[in-house]
This record gives sequence, C-alpha cells and structure tokens, in this order.
Amino acid sequence: MAAVITAPPRAPEKRSRRRGGAAWARRLVFVIAGLYFLVPLYAAFRFAISTPDGGISGAVFAGIPAQEGFLDAITLTVRLAVISLVITLVLVVPTAVWVHLRMPRLRRVLEGVTLLPIVVPPVVLIIGVLEVAPPALKGTPDLLALVYVVLALPFAYRALDSGLQAIPLRTLVEASRSLGAGWGRTLVSVVLPNLRSALLAAVVLTVAMVFGEYTMASLDQYETFPVWIVVFQQANARVSVAVSLLALLGTWALLWLISLVDRRRPSPEDA
Amino acid sequence: MRQRELPAWVGVVPFAAYTLVFLGVPVVAVVLGAFVDPATGGVTMANVGIATSGVYLRGFGSSIGLSLVTALVPGVLGLVLALAVRASPSLRLKRAVATASGVFANFGGVPLAFLFVATLGSTGLVVELVKAVGVDLYGAGFSLYSFWGVAIVYGYFQIPLMVLVITPALDGLRPHWREAADNLGATPVQYWRHVGLPVLAPAVLGCMLLLFGSAFSAYATTSALTSGSLALTPIQIGSFLNGNVLSGQENVGRALGVGMIVVVAVLMALYALLQRRVSRWLR
Repeated sequence: MAAVITAPPRAPEKRSRRRGGAAWARRLVFVIAGLYFLVPLYAAFRFAISTPDGGISGAVFAGIPAQEGFLDAITLTVRLAVISLVITLVLVVPTAVWVHLRMPRLRRVLEGVTLLPIVVPPVVLIIGVLEVAPPALKGTPDLLALVYVVLALPFAYRALDSGLQAIPLRTLVEASRSLGAGWGRTLVSVVLPNLRSALLAAVVLTVAMVFGEYTMASLDQYETFPVWIVVFQQANARVSVAVSLLALLGTWALLWLISLVDRRRPSPEDA
Repeated sequence: MRQRELPAWVGVVPFAAYTLVFLGVPVVAVVLGAFVDPATGGVTMANVGIATSGVYLRGFGSSIGLSLVTALVPGVLGLVLALAVRASPSLRLKRAVATASGVFANFGGVPLAFLFVATLGSTGLVVELVKAVGVDLYGAGFSLYSFWGVAIVYGYFQIPLMVLVITPALDGLRPHWREAADNLGATPVQYWRHVGLPVLAPAVLGCMLLLFGSAFSAYATTSALTSGSLALTPIQIGSFLNGNVLSGQENVGRALGVGMIVVVAVLMALYALLQRRVSRWLR
C-alpha cells in the first residue's frame, strides 16, 4: 500500500527527464529525415541552374517549353490522361454507387478485383496487352490510355469507396427517388455533389498516375512525358533534371489541391 | 417502384467486362505463352526452365534481395519517423510530414532517378562534397548504378510510403497502455518490448509486405538510372519487349512474368491474412 502511495510523486520527474531525452531523439530523427529528403532536391536545383561555364542561371526553367519534343510529349500525355480519366470515372462511379446500394456484399469482392492490377506488375501486363491487342489499336497510343484505366482502378475505386462510406447514400437516394427524380438525375444532382472530394481525389490520382507512368509507355515506344525526360537527357541532362524538379512541384500542387478541398468541406457536425 | 427492377448483377457488368478484357485476357495470354514453344507451338516447360536458371535466376535473386532490403530498412526507418511524428506536439509538423509523405510516395519513377543523379551520380553534389573532405565514394567502390545505389534511391519513395500506411495503425496504440506501463514502473524499453511492438508487429509486417511489392514491380527508376545494366527481373522482361532476344527464347519473358505474378500473389495472400489480424486489434 505504502509503495502505491509514494510512487506517484516520483513518476512525473522521472517521466519529464525521459521525455526530454525522447525530444532530442525525435529532433535527431527529423534532422536526418530532412537531410535525406531535401539534399537531393537542392542538388538537383543546383545542377539545373549551373551553366556549363561555371555560372548560375535560371534560364533553363524558362527554356523548357521550347525544348524539342517537350510540347508533343505533354500534348500526348494530356490526351492519354483525359481518355483514361473519362473511362475510369464512367466505369468506377456508377459501379461503386450501385454496389453500395444494391450489392453491399460484393464490396469485398470488388475491393479484391481492384487490387489485381497491383498483383500484376505493369511490365508483365504490357507484354500481354501488346500480344492480344488488335493491330488497329496497337498502332495508336490510345491503347496505353485504355490500359492506364486498369492501373487507375485501385486508386479511383478506393477513393470513391471511402467517400461513399462517409455519406448516408441510401437515405439520399431514397429521398431523391421518392421526390420523383430518375436514376440519372439522382446520380448527377444528389450523389455526385456529395462525393466532391472523393471524386477530386480519384481525378488527381489518375492524372498523376498517367503523368508518371514510364514502364508501359516506354515499352510501347510512345514518347509520353516521363519517356521524353529520359530520351532528352542525352541531349541536355540539365533540362531533364529541371523538368524532374517541376514534376515534383506539380505532384505537390495537385495533392495540396485535394487537401484544400478536403479541409473546406464541412463535417456533418457543422452542417 | 414503378420502373421494372434490373437484377442487381447487371450493374457490375461493364466494370467486370472491362477488367476482364484489359487485365484478365492479357494475363491469361502471358501465362499461356509461358508454356508454349515458339518454334513448334507445342506445350513445353523449357521457357520456365530457362527463366529459373542462370542469369534469370540471378535476376530473381537480385530483385527479391533488393525488395527485401528496401522493404526492411525503409520499413524500420519509416516506422521510426512515423512514431517520432506521432509523439511530436507540433500540429504543423504533423501536417507537413503527412503532405510530404503523400508527395514523395507518389513521386517515383523517372524524375526521382534524375534527382539522385544530381546528388549521388559520379559528379553529384554529395559525391563532390565528400571528395572535398577527402573521401572518394566512387573510388571506394560505391556507385549509384549498383544494387546499393538503387536501394538508396528506392528509400526516397519507400520511407514515405511506410509513413503513409503505418500511421493509421499507430492509432491502435492506446495512450492508456503507455500510462499503465509507466505507472507500473516499466522503462520505455520494457514498454516497447512487451506492449508496443507486439501490438504493432502484424501491422508493421503487413506494411513491409506492401513495400516489398512496391519495390519488386518497380521498373522506371532502375531503368532510367541504370539503362538496364542492373539485372533485375522487370528490367530483363523489358529487354524481351525491346527485342533483345535469342531465337527460340521469345517466350522466356512471359515465363519471367509468371514468376513475378506468383511472387506478388503469395505476398498479397500473406498481406490479406495479416490485415485480418490487424483489424482485430484496431476494432
């Protein structure tokens, strides 16, 4: 009994000393992590702005759009991104809503199916695709967009699935239907507005995936954005490094956009 | 309902059909092709035999080795970082790390390779800095374009990925367990040994499996970095598509592909099992 009574006064002092040591350990972890992640960024920046004659100039960034092949690569990548985005959304949104409403037991199965593209490495999938694709499709880069849909499925489905989990879908749909709206109208004016941030996440992740995808594009021999970076490196490595940095900034901006919309959305308690 | 109801399964037909055509059919083609003799068109085990011997067996060895190293080391480092962030009182830091992890984990592939060429390439910033202090990294046998060089690069997306996937699991560590251990006089080491790590173990292992899979199928970073000189299985498969094939071995690439699918499938099955265990704790 006595031990129990005397123990508490000692504890806070012991703990604060321990916590003090822990704070130093934490700081050390942050410093090391910060170095590992920031030094390559700085090195790349230094490399991009240093001119061959030893000077420093930011002209390399301004000159990117004028580089040979850059605009073509961006145009092609945007086209692939738009095609795969449209197909992905048309495919995933109604399916996810339908499964949540009518076949909740199928959620598990669908989750498993959307994991399959992760089980099949892209380098393996592209062999099979190039083998079975009809020649008419093989001759166009749009084949890549059709396959990118499969790669985008896991991200897009997961984003929508958690978005649907978070809203009272059944109530919303029943209310809309009993007020006389058809299925199409219910989907467009009731369900989708409630899924805004999930949709945005699906869009951003799909676009980011298409803009970063190198394996399939290079093996199918189309010069998309990442393929161009590698090809152009032979002509001018500084430009390739500068573009790589901008790609990182672009990813950052896109993800920041999602978090911004996410935070602005009022939680159910606020409403 | 005035409208006639469609049977429930109709709604998933488009999705199922698309997945079947663009994922199912190509995979089946690869699997079947792995067992076809390109000369005669007959069934053979020769492709699988070649794919599991010599340079290709070594390729699987390096691939699995690289994936193990870049799952274990970044896994542990990511866990330490996530724990440090969780323990930190600063909300700004928490938010910054969360965003940065999202960015870096999604930022793989080609641009990443170029960042590291400028850092640890033969004339990279860090290499030059260290040389100024008198240490010649490349003279000492280091190369960015070798196994260990590539492993360092992979950490750049593996550590943030670990932070992203392990952070939700850390909420399974109830603060009152720590308080109970403290009040009973446990040292931090004892707390982690008997409470923290056993509770986290299945989640950590599951996340490391995910990291393994992410490293195992990675192609872009290594391809851009080493232009194919490091013999990893995905690179070897890629070289079959680029047409660098001995006659009679056209289907070995497919057999290698089947090998990769088998490795990842086994991992995913383990991952699913672990997830079931983890969710028991998180309930």
